[in-house]
Amino acid sequence: MSEATHIHPGSVGHEVAHDDHHHGHHEQSFITKYIFSQDHKTIGKQFLITGIIWAIVGGLFSVLFRLQLGFPGQSFPILETFFGHWAKGGTIQPEFYYALVTMHGTVLVFFVLTAGLSGTFANLLIPLQVGARDMASPFMNMLSYWFFFMASIVMISSLFIQTGPASGGWTVYPPLSALGQASDGSKLGMDLWIVAMALFVVSSLLGGLNYIATILNMRTKGMSMTRLPLTIWALFFTAVLGVLSFPVLLSGLILLLFDRNLGTSFYLSDIVVAGEVLPNEGGSAILFQHLFWFLGHPEVYIILLPAMGMVSEILSVNSRKPIFGYMAMLGSLFAIAILAFLVWAHHMFVTGLNPFLGSVFVLLTLLIAVPSAIKVFNWLTTLWRGNIRLFPSTLFAIGFVSLFISGGLTGIFLGNSTIDIHLHDTMFVVAHFHIVMGVASMFGMFAGVYHWFPKMFGRYLNATLGYVHFWVTMIGSYLIFWPMHYEGLAGMPRRYLDKSIWKSFNQFGDLDKMITVVSIIVFAVQLMFVFNFFYSIFKGRKVTSTNPWGANTLEWTTPINPGHGNWEGEIPEVHRWAYDYGKDGREFIPQTEPVGANESKH
Amino acid sequence: MEVVMNQQRKKIHPHKFTLWVAIASILMMFAGLTSAFIVKSNLTGWRNIKMPTVFWYSTAAILLSSLTIQVAIRSFKQREMKQYRSMIAWTLVLGVAFIVLQYFGFKNLWEQNIRFSGSAGAGQFLYVIFGLHALHVIGGAIALLVMFLKAYVGKVKLYSSVPVEVMATYWHFVDILWIYLLVFFIVIG
Ligand code: HEM
Ligand SMILES: [Cu+2]
Repeated sequence: MSEATHIHPGSVGHEVAHDDHHHGHHEQSFITKYIFSQDHKTIGKQFLITGIIWAIVGGLFSVLFRLQLGFPGQSFPILETFFGHWAKGGTIQPEFYYALVTMHGTVLVFFVLTAGLSGTFANLLIPLQVGARDMASPFMNMLSYWFFFMASIVMISSLFIQTGPASGGWTVYPPLSALGQASDGSKLGMDLWIVAMALFVVSSLLGGLNYIATILNMRTKGMSMTRLPLTIWALFFTAVLGVLSFPVLLSGLILLLFDRNLGTSFYLSDIVVAGEVLPNEGGSAILFQHLFWFLGHPEVYIILLPAMGMVSEILSVNSRKPIFGYMAMLGSLFAIAILAFLVWAHHMFVTGLNPFLGSVFVLLTLLIAVPSAIKVFNWLTTLWRGNIRLFPSTLFAIGFVSLFISGGLTGIFLGNSTIDIHLHDTMFVVAHFHIVMGVASMFGMFAGVYHWFPKMFGRYLNATLGYVHFWVTMIGSYLIFWPMHYEGLAGMPRRYLDKSIWKSFNQFGDLDKMITVVSIIVFAVQLMFVFNFFYSIFKGRKVTSTNPWGANTLEWTTPINPGHGNWEGEIPEVHRWAYDYGKDGREFIPQTEPVGANESKH
Repeated sequence: MEVVMNQQRKKIHPHKFTLWVAIASILMMFAGLTSAFIVKSNLTGWRNIKMPTVFWYSTAAILLSSLTIQVAIRSFKQREMKQYRSMIAWTLVLGVAFIVLQYFGFKNLWEQNIRFSGSAGAGQFLYVIFGLHALHVIGGAIALLVMFLKAYVGKVKLYSSVPVEVMATYWHFVDILWIYLLVFFIVIG
C-alpha cells in the first residue's frame, strides 16, 4: 500500500521523465501494476471496464422499464424472483419504475458516457498522442479513478437499501428530491445519490485538471497546438467544460443537502406535504434548475465532444484522406464550448421564464446549429471520394454522423420556445436526446474501442461480431427512438408509468410493444459486444505490426504493448500535422517524418 | 511562431498550471453560490444579517498570513532555511487562527438566532459559503503542515521552489477569495 501512494518524481516534465522507463529499479507488484496503477494506459482501461459494467447495469434498467411501457400491467413472474417487493406479483411497482428511470439516466449520463467515455479515452490518448510519458500528475490521475470507483460503490449501495435508490429523474429537481417524506426515493437513496455525485465531481475535476495541464504543458518537441489530432482538441474542450461546470453542480447539490438534512430553505417555499405544512419560506425550486442546467447543458457536450473527436480521427484514417477543414473543426469545437455555457435555460422554457429572456436563449440555442452543421459538413466531405475502409470502427463513426444529424434536427424544434411548450417533457425530448447524445456518443465510444483496442491490449476485436454489433445496433436504435418522435408530437408524456387511461394514446400500444422488443434485442447484442471485448483481450488475433491501421498519430510509434513511459527510447519529435493521408502518392505520412524538400503543401 | 510556443510552454511548471485551472474551477463553485444568493435575495421571506465584527479580525489574520508566506518564498529562494521554516510556521498559525475566528463568527451569528431551519435569508447562505471557504483554508493548512514537517524532519534537502510557490499561490487565492466573499456579503447581504 505504501507503494501505491508513492509518487513518481520522474513522471513530471520532460527532462526528468527519462528515468521512467528504467523501471527495473523497483519491481512492480500486481497491485501497483493493475490496481493502484499510475500508468495512464492502465487507468484508461480501468475506466473503460468500470464503464462497461455500469453500461450493462444501466442498460438492463432500461430493458426493465421498457417492459412496463411496452406491456403495462402484464406480469413477468421472473421479475419477482429477482426484485422481490419491487416487482410484486411480477409487475413493476410504480416506485420501482421511477427508480429505474432515474438510475438509468444517472448511470448512463455520468458513469458511462462521462467517466466511461472521457475517462477512458482522455487517459489512453492524451499522453500517447501528444507525446508524453504520462499525465502531468499521474498520482492525481490515479486518484481520479479511485474517486470514480468510490462514487460507483456509493451509487450501487443505494440500490440495496430498504427504501431504494433515488427516484425523481436524473435531474433530481426539488422539492421532490428535497423532502424525504414526499416519497421513498427521496429518503436515504437521495442522500447517497448526492454523496455519490459529489465524489463523482471530485473525480472528474482531478481528471480534467490533469488532461488540461498535460495537453498544454507536456507536448513533445514540434507538437504545436495546431498539429494536435482533433481527438486531443475535443478532449481538451471536454475537460475545460467539465472543470468549469461541475463545480456549479456541486454547489447546487450542497444546497440541496442542506435543505434535506438541516431544514434550510434554499429551494423550498410554502409547501404542504402529506397534510403537514412546512415552515420553509422564500426558497426557489427554479434556482436549483438554474444551477443544475448550468452544468447539465455543458454536460451533454462533455459527453458528445470526445465522440466527435474520435469520429473525426477515425473517419480521416479510414477514408485515407486528410480531415476536411481542420481549422474549421477546431473553430466549431471552440464555438460549441462557448455556446454550451450560454444556453442552459432552454431546458426551462416552461418554468415561467421571462419570455423575453427566453427569446435570447432561443437565439443562442439555435446558434449552436451553425458549428454543428460545419462539423457534419466536414465529416461528410472527409468521406467524400475517400478510399473508405469499412472497418467496424468506420461504420460506427459513420453511424455517429447519421445519428448526430437526426438528433440535431430535432434539437431545432425544441430550441424554439413556442414549440417547446408543446413538446416539453414528452417522448419527443426522449427521442431527441437519446439519438443525439445517448446513442451517438455510444457509437463514438464503440468506434473508439474498435479502433484503439489493438493499442490497449495488443490484439484485435473480432470483426465479424463487430459488423453484427454495428448493424443491429444501428437499425435497432432508429427503430427504438424514431417512433418516439411521433408519440411525443401527439403529446405523450415522458416518465409516465402507464398511459393506458388516455384513450388517444392507445393507438401507440403496438408501437410501444415493438420498441420494447427491439430494445431487448439491441441489449442482447451489446452483451455480445461485451463478450467480444473480454474474449479478445485474452484470445483475440494478435497485432503484429506497430501501426496496424496505417495511421499518422504518435500512439502508433510506440511498441505494440508499451510499458509505463510509452516509448522505449527518446520521445519522437513531430514534424507535421496528423492528417497527411493520400499525399504525394503516399497513403500516409506519420507525424514523426520530417517534411521533405519537394513536398506539396496541404 | 512555433519556436516561441515551444519555449513558452516550458516556462510554467505543469503543477503550477494545474493549480491555476483548479482555482478557476473553485471560483466557479463560489460564483454559482453567490449568484444563487443574488437570485434569492430578491424573493419574499428574505432576511438580512448584521456581520459579526469577529470577521474583521479573521480578515486581518488571513491578510497577514499572505504576507508571511510571501516572505517564506523569498527566504526559500535565498536558501535562508531557518527563516523559511519560521515563516511557514507563522503562516500555519495564522491560518489556524483564521479558522478559529471563523468559528467564533459563526457562533456569534447562531446566538443572534440565525439558524438553518425556517425561512430563507442571508444567514443560511453565509453558513454554507463561508463554511465552504473555511474548508478550503483547512485544506491549505493541512498542506502547510505537511510542508512544515518536511522542512523540519525531512532529511532530503529541498531545492525546487515549485512546491512552495504552488502552496503560496493557493494561499493567496483563498485570501483573495475571502476578501471577495466578505465584500460581497457586506455590499449585497
Ligand atoms: C442543434 C442543436 C440542439 C438544440 C437546438 C437542442 C435543444 C434542446 C432543447 C430546447 C431541449 C429541452 C427540451 C425540453 O425539455 O423541453 C433539449 C433537451 C436535451 N438535449 Fe438538446 N439540443 C441540441 C443538441 C443536443 C446535443 C448535441 C445534445 C447532446 C450531446 C443534446 C442533449 C440534450 C439532452 C440530454 C436533453 C434532455 C435533458 C432532459 O430533460 O432530461 N442536445 N435540447
Ligand atoms: Cu441543453
